[in-house]
Amino acid sequence: MASVPEEGVVTPDGRQIGGVLMEMKNITLRFGGVVAVKDISFDIRKGEIRAIIGPNGAGKSSMLNVISGFYNPQEGEVWFKGYRRGPMKPYEVARLGIARTFQNIALFDGMTVLDNIMTGRLNKMRSGFLAQALWWGAAEREEIENRAQVEKIIDFLEIQNIRKTPVGRLPYGLKKRVELARALAAEPQLLLLDEPMAGMNVEEKEDMSRFILDVNDEFGTTIALIEHDMGVVMDISDRVVVMDYGRKIGDGTPAEVRGNQEVIDAYLGVAHD
Amino acid sequence: MDQLIYATEVLLNGLMTGVMYALVALGFVLIFKASGVFNYAQGVLALFAALTLVGIQQGQIPFAHMINAMFGTHLETFGWTVPSLVAILLTAMVMVVLAFLIEKLVLQHLVGQEPIILFMATIGLAYFLEGLGDVMWGADIKTLDVGLPQGISETIEGVTADWFGYGFFIDRLDLWATAIAAALVAALVAFAQYTKQGRAMRAVADDHQAALSVGISLRFIWVMVWSIAGFVALVAGIMWGTKSGVQFSLSLIALKALPVLMLGGFTSIPGAIVGGLIIGVGEKLFEFLIGPMIGGATENWFAYVLALIFLVFRPQGLFGERIIERV
Repeated sequence: MASVPEEGVVTPDGRQIGGVLMEMKNITLRFGGVVAVKDISFDIRKGEIRAIIGPNGAGKSSMLNVISGFYNPQEGEVWFKGYRRGPMKPYEVARLGIARTFQNIALFDGMTVLDNIMTGRLNKMRSGFLAQALWWGAAEREEIENRAQVEKIIDFLEIQNIRKTPVGRLPYGLKKRVELARALAAEPQLLLLDEPMAGMNVEEKEDMSRFILDVNDEFGTTIALIEHDMGVVMDISDRVVVMDYGRKIGDGTPAEVRGNQEVIDAYLGVAHD
Repeated sequence: MDQLIYATEVLLNGLMTGVMYALVALGFVLIFKASGVFNYAQGVLALFAALTLVGIQQGQIPFAHMINAMFGTHLETFGWTVPSLVAILLTAMVMVVLAFLIEKLVLQHLVGQEPIILFMATIGLAYFLEGLGDVMWGADIKTLDVGLPQGISETIEGVTADWFGYGFFIDRLDLWATAIAAALVAALVAFAQYTKQGRAMRAVADDHQAALSVGISLRFIWVMVWSIAGFVALVAGIMWGTKSGVQFSLSLIALKALPVLMLGGFTSIPGAIVGGLIIGVGEKLFEFLIGPMIGGATENWFAYVLALIFLVFRPQGLFGERIIERV
């Protein structure tokens, strides 16, 4: 485990890495007889980019789904902001300040880009049901404030020209960006990205890497991402967890992980005994 | 010329019937969009709402027959009457409670099931509600009067008599029903487009996973949508109940909503409205123009034949989403 002091450090490029934001303790997740995640522990610190990597079927997505509440583990503890989190529904986890994207893109195809991103701010809106329905002053003010925030994110991710386009008509790479925008609109404390570069060409991958770094830099958002492509991950993450067959086989800075014999074996495919 | 004037009168009446069809179809579309459930019970919801409204209005004791049969008592009414507006509000509250119970007792246990299973569940629900309505309020035919004006509109008759030399027969109830339905539809569209809950509702209609990930509770949205559908059913129940009495056949208006949906598309609110108008006008005009040539009574089947023709040429309806299967 890479050693980071409790109070945090400043990285060489000047970013602040703080104390522990989220901690997974001995998580085990089973589907019937299949063990998807086996006794895994790791932490995510404030302000860092944390990657989870591993070959196909290693249990990365399952792990991410545990963090975002889509799955509840049979064993182990999930700690967030110093409190232990009981079994929760995904929408409750979202309300705690954890936003996510999906590997296969889950957007609202019938709605415009702007409307899609606005859904990210649903939990920032406080006006009650009646006020909303009758469009009273407070609700209107709130809508305007939220719009301003959303426009900021649209500018940031350079998607101004497609604001009014229905999402269903966009090409794949842009859809991924809109999904990121929706997650950012929630101003999350922890942003989970499920294979943000999957299915992209080299140029799109570079764009996405830049956006991830910028988000982290600009908003100080803590990011945990899953990736298949080892090269990209090593370039942008502060620390990396490596999984294989549901187990954790490595954890540390990219340099440390790259030198780990077990990780090399997993990726190059050495027979398991 | 006379023929044209009569046709205009028929057209107007058709439009107003169409608005009523649209109102029933709207209830279907709302639930179908938000939860993918084709709610067979929508018509029975309208019946149940109308029964409850009459019951509350006339101060009937719920389950009076059952209580009398079990304990040999002779209960019937509380002996008071409730003002129409209060009774309508109370009935709306009953519909919200009903929506909550339906979600809690039925839908929640069927999350992730095939659409056909959910459809079957709503058939069960329809029969259950029908029975519950009978047991609670009795099976006799009731008259519903919430103070909506009825009878021929003399203003319109007078004006048209001056213009054309022939006074149009237009029921004032139809005029009111049209105005109320139009207002309701406008309110629903505004709600869906511009409010937080409306946006959440559209989000759930589009993608459940994504909706969960932005912090929307599916259960809350389902209860909300069923409540709205219950409220729409209440309005439809009031209109049709005032027109033709509150009785079992009220639930059959749901069948008329089917061709409306096939025309308009199951997922489109504007589709439900346009579809309703086309069917309303179409069946009245067809009866007026073609009916006499083929022996009349075309209103019973015209809507379904039109829907069948539509199914052949445009299965997704006028405004429905086209489903393209990629291979």
